[in-house]
Amino acid sequence: MSENNGNNTSLRLKTGLAEMLKGGVIMDVMSVEQSLVAEKAGATAVMALERVPAIIRAEGGVSRMANPKLIRQIMAAVSIPVMAKCRIGHFAEAQILQELGVDYIDESEVLTPADEEHHVNKHAFKTPFVCGARNLGEALRRIAEGAAMIRTKGEAGTGDVVHAVKHMRQIVKEMHQLTVMSEEELFSAAKNHQAPYELVRMVAKAGKLPVPNFSAGGIATPADASMMMQLGAEAVFVGSGIFMKGGATPLDLSLKAEREEAESRARAIVIATTHYDDPKVLAEVSEQMTGAMKGLAVGAIAEKDLLQTRGW
Amino acid sequence: MKIGVLALQGDFDAHRRRLEELGAEVVLVRKPEQFDEIDGLVIPGGESTTFLKLLGDETFQKLSAFVHSKPTFGTCAGAIMLAKEVENPHQQGLDAIDITIRRNAYGRQVDSTIVEAATTLGGDPLEMVFIRAPRIERVGEGVEVLAKRGDDPVLVRKGSVMAATFHPELSNDTRVHQEFLKLVKNGTK
Repeated sequence: MSENNGNNTSLRLKTGLAEMLKGGVIMDVMSVEQSLVAEKAGATAVMALERVPAIIRAEGGVSRMANPKLIRQIMAAVSIPVMAKCRIGHFAEAQILQELGVDYIDESEVLTPADEEHHVNKHAFKTPFVCGARNLGEALRRIAEGAAMIRTKGEAGTGDVVHAVKHMRQIVKEMHQLTVMSEEELFSAAKNHQAPYELVRMVAKAGKLPVPNFSAGGIATPADASMMMQLGAEAVFVGSGIFMKGGATPLDLSLKAEREEAESRARAIVIATTHYDDPKVLAEVSEQMTGAMKGLAVGAIAEKDLLQTRGW
Repeated sequence: MKIGVLALQGDFDAHRRRLEELGAEVVLVRKPEQFDEIDGLVIPGGESTTFLKLLGDETFQKLSAFVHSKPTFGTCAGAIMLAKEVENPHQQGLDAIDITIRRNAYGRQVDSTIVEAATTLGGDPLEMVFIRAPRIERVGEGVEVLAKRGDDPVLVRKGSVMAATFHPELSNDTRVHQEFLKLVKNGTK
């Protein structure tokens, strides 16, 4: 029996876990109790956070990696993979998360960036990374840095799916365009996308990203999840949509009615992601879901307050 | 030959591609009535807790009846589903093959690994991709061990049921899927 751990092996193991998450829902959780609700509802993984994006948006301040104690408690509580976020460029937070043994690190625009020029060199880590993107160039730059999964950025913490849709359509359109280009045009496309030529060529040949492509940022209902899957997402992240009421107030899981509301939302979105192309099932689960996050229209947010513009 | 791939969640598409490459007609199974049209079933990798949640009573009954009578192959989470006993934590198994399996027994994602080891399938050592893999801790009487990682069985078969704790669908080597298709073709071995 021999073991090999070269760079290619490492990338295969990293994208391998993303393969296992396909067709599933990854849920943001802020406590052990929420992580148990998520697992019981059928989440494929949880993202351990101190504040979900809706609260970060409402409270402001500097947003950092969650306290390792909370992350460890959640890792001990559930049997499914646990992800956690580090700030853009904050390789020391990423080193800590790797040390804790989290299964995926999200280098996320939801937290306050720690470097205005550089993202984390993700090749230097054994733990896989997921990164957000608004367009193909951004996605390929992150993959060049070692990301093993891409997610649309959308606009986190809003419950408004409009920018998740915009970014997914943008990435899909730009990939389609590459597939019909000549060799000469691909060199120029690499320049325009500010992305490595080799990766541009790979996408032109395959018609898709070389790593799994998930969706995040504003998904709040079963219909939202279905829409993103139909547009080409291979799985969805649901942030504030499961456990938030409105503004910065989470559902209170100690109250029976509010607990049931969270459970019904989580369950409905899980079923909707599997049966995304079956409107009959979608109608049934939408009916069974009580309430939805109140939300915030992206159009009403000032440009400077958008989270998606973080990352370069 | 029509092969179903349980497509509730997980890497079902990798299995679909592999089986089609080997000439099988593939149906992605999400509904109970689809079990009636297939000759064999693959349960892919993914999260077994998610599979159980998404199955629901009716589909679980259909799945259970299928795996006890027709050729079935489970990888990773699929192997967990097929086991008689599941530990860490304890959860419902289909009891299609007499093994005890322990979830996440080799550790977390940083412990995921690719190894090469000999098999009884013939030919070169087989590449095996382990992702947050479960460990087969006990094999019952009559369960044939086709491959091992160290002392642990990782590919097992009894009757018309095969289970692997690794992901042959993520390697280029097609021998494991070929072995399953042979099983479907020849019926119970």
